[in-house]
Amino acid sequence: MTRLNLKRIRAVAFKEFIQIRRDPRSLALALVIPVVLLVIFGYGLSLDIDNVRMVVWNQDNSQFSQDFVLNFRYSKYFEIVGNIDNYRDIQRLLDNGRIMMALVIPKDFSHYLRSGKTAPLQLLVDGSDSNTATIAMSYVNAVVANYNVHLLSKTFQDQGLVPPKSLSQRPRIWFNMGLESRWFIIPGVISMIMMIIAALLTSITVAREWERGTMEQLISTPVKAPELIIGKFLPYFAIGFFDLIVALVMARFIFFVPFRGSYLLLIFLSMFFLTGALSQGILISTVAKTQILASQLAILTTFIPTMLLSGFIYPIFNMPKFVQAVTYLVPARYYIVILRESFLKGGTLATMWDEAVFLFIFASIMLTMSVKKFKKKVA
Amino acid sequence: MQRLEKKFGDFTAVNKIDFVVKQGEIFGFLGPNGAGKSTTIRMLCGIIPPTSGSGQVGGYDIIKEQHIIKEHIGYMSQKFSLYDDLTVEENVDFYSGIYKIPRNLKEERKKQVIRMAELEDLKGNLTRTLPGGWKQRLALGCALIHQPKLLFLDEPTSGVDPITRANFWAIIKNLAASGVTIFVTTHYMDEAENCDRMVLIYKGTIIAMGTPTEMKTQCMKNDVLEITIADAQNWLERISKVEGVKEAALFGANIHSVVFDSEKAIPLLRVFLEKEGAKGFTINKIMPSLEDVFVSSIEDYDETQFKKN
Repeated sequence: MTRLNLKRIRAVAFKEFIQIRRDPRSLALALVIPVVLLVIFGYGLSLDIDNVRMVVWNQDNSQFSQDFVLNFRYSKYFEIVGNIDNYRDIQRLLDNGRIMMALVIPKDFSHYLRSGKTAPLQLLVDGSDSNTATIAMSYVNAVVANYNVHLLSKTFQDQGLVPPKSLSQRPRIWFNMGLESRWFIIPGVISMIMMIIAALLTSITVAREWERGTMEQLISTPVKAPELIIGKFLPYFAIGFFDLIVALVMARFIFFVPFRGSYLLLIFLSMFFLTGALSQGILISTVAKTQILASQLAILTTFIPTMLLSGFIYPIFNMPKFVQAVTYLVPARYYIVILRESFLKGGTLATMWDEAVFLFIFASIMLTMSVKKFKKKVA
Repeated sequence: MQRLEKKFGDFTAVNKIDFVVKQGEIFGFLGPNGAGKSTTIRMLCGIIPPTSGSGQVGGYDIIKEQHIIKEHIGYMSQKFSLYDDLTVEENVDFYSGIYKIPRNLKEERKKQVIRMAELEDLKGNLTRTLPGGWKQRLALGCALIHQPKLLFLDEPTSGVDPITRANFWAIIKNLAASGVTIFVTTHYMDEAENCDRMVLIYKGTIIAMGTPTEMKTQCMKNDVLEITIADAQNWLERISKVEGVKEAALFGANIHSVVFDSEKAIPLLRVFLEKEGAKGFTINKIMPSLEDVFVSSIEDYDETQFKKN
């Protein structure tokens, strides 16, 4: 291979910069989309469940039962929106989605407890959103368990005995003490933004050259495939980093996600990720020579895997073994870990070594493949 | 070029053609649409590789030394293929970067090229806003920024008005005069007169080759007669039925008639017209136009192919 020429690379990069500047659509895509995505995901996609709306039908209406209901009333996880005295209303409210669940305390609740028997409770839950329902039920379980402990110790005390020792968990959650799901989502959104911007924009810009016939002209000139690719990379590299910085600033100062790692390290590792994603864009454009097809392919091969298979929202260890194997091919999987470590855990190169190596491999393979494929297409 | 061939799947676009272009000449590559003109030019410029055969451009092998060839040629494709979201000047700058024009020559070359394309007053305009003919001139300018020794023009004047076309050919002739070899494809037969030498390609095969005069005198088996006669239109059909006449067509106020052999046809026509009572007519053998040559060559080719099968 002959030496690459800086002058040519500069000419291509400069031309590309001008074109981006003149094209309001790609400019918007590059600069507005990241902000929009961060806002949508940052505010919209909260995996936290609190304020579960519920009603109570307290048939017993005793001191005991009212005490018990107070546990729900003072919890931030529940919101009692009313008291009900028939099943018809419960059914109506569940049907039209005004409430998530209904608690029914039977007439003889206090009677059972006083006579030392187990008192039944009825919980009616809207299971149409099974995920939320499961979480809401686990909250209820916690309330009931708490109340049981309370009852037990009270019984012992009433009889003048020392309550038995019991286990008491004092959880201390590291890295995300408040278990704010936003802290966990924002790093994922950043990786998604970078992937989409890089792959989508580059694949479109190359496809446009095929579509308009300018590629044919370029092929007749002495410009070499790597020169063309690098020249096209540079502006999008700049945009990618600009987006990364915007996202970091938004994460820190709008969503108040802490940043405990090293900015320099994150930026360094982001270069690998971005190189891989940009190369993927070039690779796509060697298959898809129209802008429409290229953008569809880019979304299919970046957005969807990043969304579903990177651990962004759905934990990888929950997936079937086969799907888990596939996730190793999704670069965002590694980048998300790096982002999360940098934001929340104060990760160092040592703690993220595996991910860094995988990203490096991803970037090298994609870059070589795209140059090779591209060369074949143009020569 | 030797036995240059290009196949797309089963379809043979260019069927083992051979030709030589001399330095500094305007070489016309003519033929109807789909004959294989663009395919050939794209093989020569290194845009697509030939399926088989070999060739040299400027002394370099078209398969092994493509990258050297590309430094020395200019190529202008059929379709306008500069960046229409760049200004005239930015397009020129881009190509001067691609061709590594040294900094000290850059401004001067740019001026030259823009002056040649007569776009001095519009150099800050987006290329998108230029009319078709002007875009073509800009494309030519960009293909010349590195002063190539060889210029490949693929249908440079398609879709351009006659005045711009004439203008364009004036530029091309100037270039040739300054020593640039020009390889041009076209399907406008009147433009072929501008070429020093030409080949006619049809269905991927070269069916005629030579200078315009050679083509007219040697490649045509039939003769062309010009008949001046009053009320030519009314005579047309009757003349075409005379023995020895292949076809007859109106040409202005006269009739041009292709005959198998003028020696025999002229007396027959004379007798026929006199018998029919025509007065004051003349019949002369004339030099066929290139268009006549091409049409008759293509017909001959089709006929022989048909007989073969």
